[in-house]
Amino acid sequence: MTDDTAAPDRSDPREGPPQEGDPRRDRYAAITSEITGIPLHYPHRRNWWILFACSLMLLTLFVVSATVLFARGVGVWGNNIPVNWGLAISNYVWFLGIGHAGTLISALLLLLNEHWRNSLNRFAEAMTLFAVVCAGLYPILHLGRPWLFYWMAPYPNTMEIWPQFQSPLAWDFFAVLTYLTVSVLFWYIGIVPDLAAVRDRSKKRRQQVLYGLFALGWRGSARHWQRWRQSYTLVAAIAVPLVVSVHSEISLLFAAGPIPGWHSAVFPSYFVLGAAFSGFAVVSMIAVCLRHALGLYDLVTPRHLDLLGKLTLATGLMTAYGYFAEIFDVLYANEHQEVATLYDRFGGDYASSYWGAVIANFVPLQLLWLRSVRRSPAGLFLIGLSVGIGMWFERYMLLVTSLYRDYLVSSWGPYHASFWEWSLYAGMLGVFMVPFLLFVRFLPVISAFEVKEALFEDTVEARDA
Amino acid sequence: MREPSPHTEVFGILGEFEKAEALVEAVGKARHAGYQRIEAFSPFPIEALDEALGLDDRRVAWMTLAGGIFGGLLGYGMQVYTNLDFPILIDGRAHTPPEAFMLITFEMTVLFAVLFSIGTMLALNRLPRLHHPLFGVDSFHLASSDKFFLLIYGDDPRFERGAAERFLIGLDCVRVDTVGHTEEPE
Repeated sequence: MTDDTAAPDRSDPREGPPQEGDPRRDRYAAITSEITGIPLHYPHRRNWWILFACSLMLLTLFVVSATVLFARGVGVWGNNIPVNWGLAISNYVWFLGIGHAGTLISALLLLLNEHWRNSLNRFAEAMTLFAVVCAGLYPILHLGRPWLFYWMAPYPNTMEIWPQFQSPLAWDFFAVLTYLTVSVLFWYIGIVPDLAAVRDRSKKRRQQVLYGLFALGWRGSARHWQRWRQSYTLVAAIAVPLVVSVHSEISLLFAAGPIPGWHSAVFPSYFVLGAAFSGFAVVSMIAVCLRHALGLYDLVTPRHLDLLGKLTLATGLMTAYGYFAEIFDVLYANEHQEVATLYDRFGGDYASSYWGAVIANFVPLQLLWLRSVRRSPAGLFLIGLSVGIGMWFERYMLLVTSLYRDYLVSSWGPYHASFWEWSLYAGMLGVFMVPFLLFVRFLPVISAFEVKEALFEDTVEARDA
Repeated sequence: MREPSPHTEVFGILGEFEKAEALVEAVGKARHAGYQRIEAFSPFPIEALDEALGLDDRRVAWMTLAGGIFGGLLGYGMQVYTNLDFPILIDGRAHTPPEAFMLITFEMTVLFAVLFSIGTMLALNRLPRLHHPLFGVDSFHLASSDKFFLLIYGDDPRFERGAAERFLIGLDCVRVDTVGHTEEPE
């Protein structure tokens, strides 16, 4: 990454073509109008409406599936004993994992002062928000009596009992809720100055009022900026360990169950890295799509795609290490049931999910060693898609291959997702897509002021050097 | 910093600059000339501006720390209290095992640190505030695009309208505006 930063691409947004007068100033205005112009004068409205209509249909499917679930109970799913965690929990882990890349890109790169994050962080964070919402819905829907999910919260009640804080379900509640709150706040305070810019450029009264309300009256005073920056950096610093804690929490949740295949010590790190891996893959896909749909070719440059490709490759290889470590762990310990579970993964009833994960995750991934593939939007998109699917297989494999044959033959049993599980999953993609499309349509998708700040700092550095 | 009350002659005098460097320099000169109640506006954070204005407010950082400590104690305390309040005996396990409590303690630490941090930032910045006299200035909307502004408040001890305007014009300023009050004096 550092090598590339030292030799930036000519088309980098911060380079700015040399112009008459002060090129930098012209760039500021151009960046502002390019980014704030999207919500005010959205291009390609028809395409947006088509996509939005499809997403709305998926959302309707979600509502229908959830209604059926609430009306008839979890029995409409294929879950059973022993496989009481089916698609619901594997999708929960999958969605939460996707969310992690947004926070990592945003927070970690902010702390490292990597300017190239500015073109990606806003929509990566939005992806995080909506993915966490999808993830959070799953454990609730999975509860037998979902309307009582608030029992997980410690509140004084007439029954005079408290939640069981030693239970992973209570950990989930706190982890997801904290992660969601922190992601929303981090994203929101990051977007306020740009909302102010949109407010200042909007001509219609309705837009002025709406953007004005959400911009909170931001005016870019030096005192505001100084406190804002402290707060933004500190929240970022706190968000990085939060990401690690949330996904480690999920692996602890697995470890709390006496099930073979869930006790490898590599799990916390392997889960976190796998999460980042799937997240980077999805960020790459979104970056490619947005860049194309909104014509942001000079803000999301081939260099950004290149860096995303590198991140995906790096986290992918670390995830691959997790696969090896897990196998090594089992064979080294040579504990009978663990070995049996390992062989079930390789060749049992659900072996397709194991090999699906290995192939979809790691085979196309190797193409990212090539610079030309990393810089090609189509290549990056397809590899991202493959990784998204591969990681989904992995979550499924981790759950089902462990649960369907544990220690006792009496607790062996198959699992097949039912129609309502698949429809809920498809509908959940609508839960993700609808708010994301609204975000793309009505909010600045790229952080304009941070791109300008980076441009300014680079010119100052260049002058001082 | 409290803003001038409607009793002052004007809210302030606003100078517009083309470049960030010019603004930083102007702030330095204004402070040198004895103006104490000044404010700078820019489309993005500029570190040199903090120095020029002598901004050294660490309250947000301290409140973040305080929030973290509060959240951590609250999270841990909540778990100890509830487990002692309604003890569940399961095969001799401890009622208050620190290991099992760490996760929620950590999450609560993070949650309250962030809430305190952002809450303090907004409160000290006196946001949300939907109206402000500056929004009445025609060119001020460029503060979120590519222009830089320096405001001398009307209640500065050295403030004198004509002198302030002349001072700003002398500072490589492209435009000077008078910012009026939006409220009537009581």
